[in-house]
Amino acid sequence: MMLLSMFAKPEKISVYWARLMEEMMQLGIKSLGIVILMSAFMGAVIVIQSATAIDAAWIPDYTVGFTAKQSIILEFSPTIMSLILAGKVGSNIASELGSMRVTEQIDALEIMGINTKAYLIRPKIIAAVLIFPVVIIFSMAFGFGGGWMASFGTGLIPEEQYLVGIQSFYDDNLWMITYALIKATVFAFIITSVSSYHGYYTIGGALEVGKSSTNAVVYSSVLILLANLLLTQLLLI
Amino acid sequence: MSFGDTQVLHDVSFKFERGKTNLVIGQSGSGKSVLTKCIIGLHNPEKGQILYDGLDFSAMKKKEKKKIRTQIGMLFQGGALFDSLSVIENVIFPLKMFTKMSRKEMLDRANFCLERVDIIDKNNLFPSEISGGMQKRVAIARAIVMKPKYLFCDEPNSGLDPLTAILIDNLIKELTEEYNMTTVVITHDMNSVLEIGDNIMFIYKGKNHWEGDKDSIITTPNKEVNDFVYSSKFLKLFKEKMN
Repeated sequence: MMLLSMFAKPEKISVYWARLMEEMMQLGIKSLGIVILMSAFMGAVIVIQSATAIDAAWIPDYTVGFTAKQSIILEFSPTIMSLILAGKVGSNIASELGSMRVTEQIDALEIMGINTKAYLIRPKIIAAVLIFPVVIIFSMAFGFGGGWMASFGTGLIPEEQYLVGIQSFYDDNLWMITYALIKATVFAFIITSVSSYHGYYTIGGALEVGKSSTNAVVYSSVLILLANLLLTQLLLI
Repeated sequence: MSFGDTQVLHDVSFKFERGKTNLVIGQSGSGKSVLTKCIIGLHNPEKGQILYDGLDFSAMKKKEKKKIRTQIGMLFQGGALFDSLSVIENVIFPLKMFTKMSRKEMLDRANFCLERVDIIDKNNLFPSEISGGMQKRVAIARAIVMKPKYLFCDEPNSGLDPLTAILIDNLIKELTEEYNMTTVVITHDMNSVLEIGDNIMFIYKGKNHWEGDKDSIITTPNKEVNDFVYSSKFLKLFKEKMN
């Protein structure tokens, strides 16, 4: 029902456009810092762990790069990053809408004659669906970068071998990235719609806003894991 | 109007007059806020009619309701200013959504309304950076920026010191006369009742129990109204001295 009422005609396109840009900034661009930091460190850790685990003379060195690429593109960037964003963005959305509800700001919008679901929630969902794949691409790039820094810094594998591993099986790479971006889009929709639902329908006071925020993160995370399994089954097998 | 098994309002019938401050008073839990929410369409009454200039609001389609709502200004108990917007952006907001004014015209209108409520040089501050009384005044400026026909105020002076409360009350009364609005104030504050009560409706146990004005409310023999009016020691003493 909540999603259906969002398809109403906007009161004023220019205001909605501004809201969309604002949300893209809030949900995507402002998340880049944490995404870049975590991706770089995780990329480095993946390379170090892979290099120490695959320590046999008959396994070529580029396997470490290949393993890091597979881990980063297939699972770390789209799924683990989305789970982290569910915590950051999801709780932010739920607490923002929840406090707007308990302080009667949503009622104030309703009385003005504004479709509050369309005005408050639609820009968040559209913005996230558009910007999350971009954020995930950044995550992949910085994950590879972190891996390269690790190979370069620790000397566990030659950096050229790491780069060969990253670039190997080029045709598969394109499909893998497409798969990752499909997942990112679906997860973006889950995070924003679930969190918006919990925030928008908050009843009570500050305590309930906190509960909504927690529920938003928990439900989004569980749904992301389920969707991940489903999408992997549908797209990779 | 009921919530679950609890009937909050029944047999309620009021007529609010244009150009006057119509007060709805009653004890906490008597159904005042529910009544307002029904009138402005946040709750749908199970039975009966809500008429705006003879038009049945509860029977209207969404589009028609929207039209009426653009003619309504609402002052919430806590102000309900948008946290993420500055003072001036809060006031401009309805103009942005519903008019084709240029940015300059919107700013002129918003500044005029802010000056009218005595908020000067606070345009770029956020609601959290101004006092409760100022927030109420900004909320009034936002409520009148579209020149509404109807103004609803839910406990406009709750949480304010007596001096600021009287300022807000008087501001509401002045604006009501200036814009010839139909103003409905929900309150249980006796100062407001005696200060601005042109028409007073007393709700008791979900029914309209008594109607009158600020002069008749202090002399009425109605027991429930008397219990409400003279619940404070100060007014009790005042009544004894008068007798």
